[in-house]
Amino acid sequence: MERTLPTPAIQGVTATPTRRRKPSLFRIGEEIPGGVYTAIAAASFIFVFAIWCALSYGWVRVPQSLSSDGSGHVSNLILPTPTGVLAATHDLWQDGSLWGDTKISVYRIVMGFLLSAALAIPLGILIGAYKTVEAAQEPLIGFIRYVPVPALIPLVMVVAGLDEAAKILLIFIGTYFQMVIIVADVTRKVPRDLLSAARTLGADRRQLLFNVLLPATLPGLMDTCRTMIGWAWTYLVIAEVVATNSGLGFRIMVGQRHLRTEEIYVGIIVLGLLGLCTDMLFKLASPRLLPWAEVQRQ
Amino acid sequence: MKSAVASWPQPSLGYAELPLTTYEKRLNFMAEPILRIDGITKQFQTKKGPLTALEPTSFSMDVTEFVSIVGPSGCGKSTLLHIIGGLLEPTAGHMYLDGVEFHEPGAERGMVFQAYTLFPWLTVRQNVQFGPKLRGADNNKRKELADHFLDAVGLHGFRDHYPKQLSGGMRQRVAIARALANSPRILLMDEPFGALDAQTRAVMQDLVLDIRRKEHTTTLFITHDIDEAVYLSDRIFVMTARPGHFKAEITVPFGQEREDALRNSLEFLEIRKQVHELLHEEGKAVVEAEIAAGRTE
Repeated sequence: MERTLPTPAIQGVTATPTRRRKPSLFRIGEEIPGGVYTAIAAASFIFVFAIWCALSYGWVRVPQSLSSDGSGHVSNLILPTPTGVLAATHDLWQDGSLWGDTKISVYRIVMGFLLSAALAIPLGILIGAYKTVEAAQEPLIGFIRYVPVPALIPLVMVVAGLDEAAKILLIFIGTYFQMVIIVADVTRKVPRDLLSAARTLGADRRQLLFNVLLPATLPGLMDTCRTMIGWAWTYLVIAEVVATNSGLGFRIMVGQRHLRTEEIYVGIIVLGLLGLCTDMLFKLASPRLLPWAEVQRQ
Repeated sequence: MKSAVASWPQPSLGYAELPLTTYEKRLNFMAEPILRIDGITKQFQTKKGPLTALEPTSFSMDVTEFVSIVGPSGCGKSTLLHIIGGLLEPTAGHMYLDGVEFHEPGAERGMVFQAYTLFPWLTVRQNVQFGPKLRGADNNKRKELADHFLDAVGLHGFRDHYPKQLSGGMRQRVAIARALANSPRILLMDEPFGALDAQTRAVMQDLVLDIRRKEHTTTLFITHDIDEAVYLSDRIFVMTARPGHFKAEITVPFGQEREDALRNSLEFLEIRKQVHELLHEEGKAVVEAEIAAGRTE
């Protein structure tokens, strides 16, 4: 039983080109082409850089009130030129202080972060796994983690003095308590059914903890570390600005004392780049270390 | 519970090949049901006082039997299966596997869940080997088991994939293979195909029949799908709305050789109708109770 449609209707349909949705870069939650994404990201850097150039080289005039010498330009004391910053970078590199400062800062971050992770991850997993441990630890940690870290600096200095231990301790205090709580949450989010399945397959308590719960938390732990290393940079700079004679934070302080604004900018840019690099490192390492993890959209 | 794992019929692989102890031999000759559930009750403590989820329930199953429990949502059928699996503690009652009372989860009661429970960090093959590995099976034995049961569920070609690369139906196939690789005395399945589409579900049902014929499994199956229950089971228990208990027992006389055409036979439709009517009353009871309690869903 075949019925044919009237011919004109068919012709009408096939003659019209397929109507497509209007392309748009603004649809909530929808992807945009990868090339467009990269282009917009690059443009955002270029935009900021262009504004910096325009203001510091005096390409545009600004209101008198913003210009300290009344010239209608932003003073280079407030905003040095890109070339000035480049020259400062060159000088700091030549005398070895930039490399030395970066090295010592990275050393402090790595030590403080590793110490914090090594202690926070096991405790966080235990809190997430056992209510008994949770009752013993979580309320206490929940209290401590709301004490602002800078408030503890004098105490840290009294306890640990002014040497490396003090900075590492400060980074540790800044990240440890937060990390315990986040790791505990990650552990609690492991689906119960996964544990049930393991129990019906004959897993005992020790096997549940080490063969199921631990591997199940790995993707979450990776994300946690990525977040916490960002916090670690913050506390590193706080520690270095307050009490030290080396490191990128210290270099920024010296720049301020000697009114060498270029050096402040060098410090800020190097810190930003290092933060970006660690983040990229985590982003690239995750799929290689945990090829089985479901990919989450960042 | 290690004592109760080996008896007739011999699973084709697994630690049933270990020499039997005198105790196990005696078990094998006793014509005792493989699973006996005696007065299992479950109450949950809530803010409004105790809530009975399951009224005293008793039944038993023979070796290689396929038994389904159907019931309206929230009737406690899943609770009952979790209790038998050892994952929930009953408020009262006793449970025996091969005449030995049990309380905890154990490898001799393999379980397949509705949710996908494959270990995402293990490949398909490693998932299937999980149970045998916990029990210290050597490498060759584990490989043999994995190969055999992945063949049985038709996923041999996917043995090195990770679960995230598999469809829902495939994941449940691996979950079945994983449970079987432990040579369980009984397989407990909790709406295993509930999340699958109708076509995949029909294919999975044929797979279950096929595995039953090949591996001589004993299965307790929870579902709310009447067709599925009639197609797969030797006996069906129909449960009442909460507080749940068994309302009727229906025998399905089709034997082990079944195929898709059976679904359209008059006998099949007759049994299906019978189960449907029993269940429909309970479904209405659930809805009326919800409305009476002022619940909105």
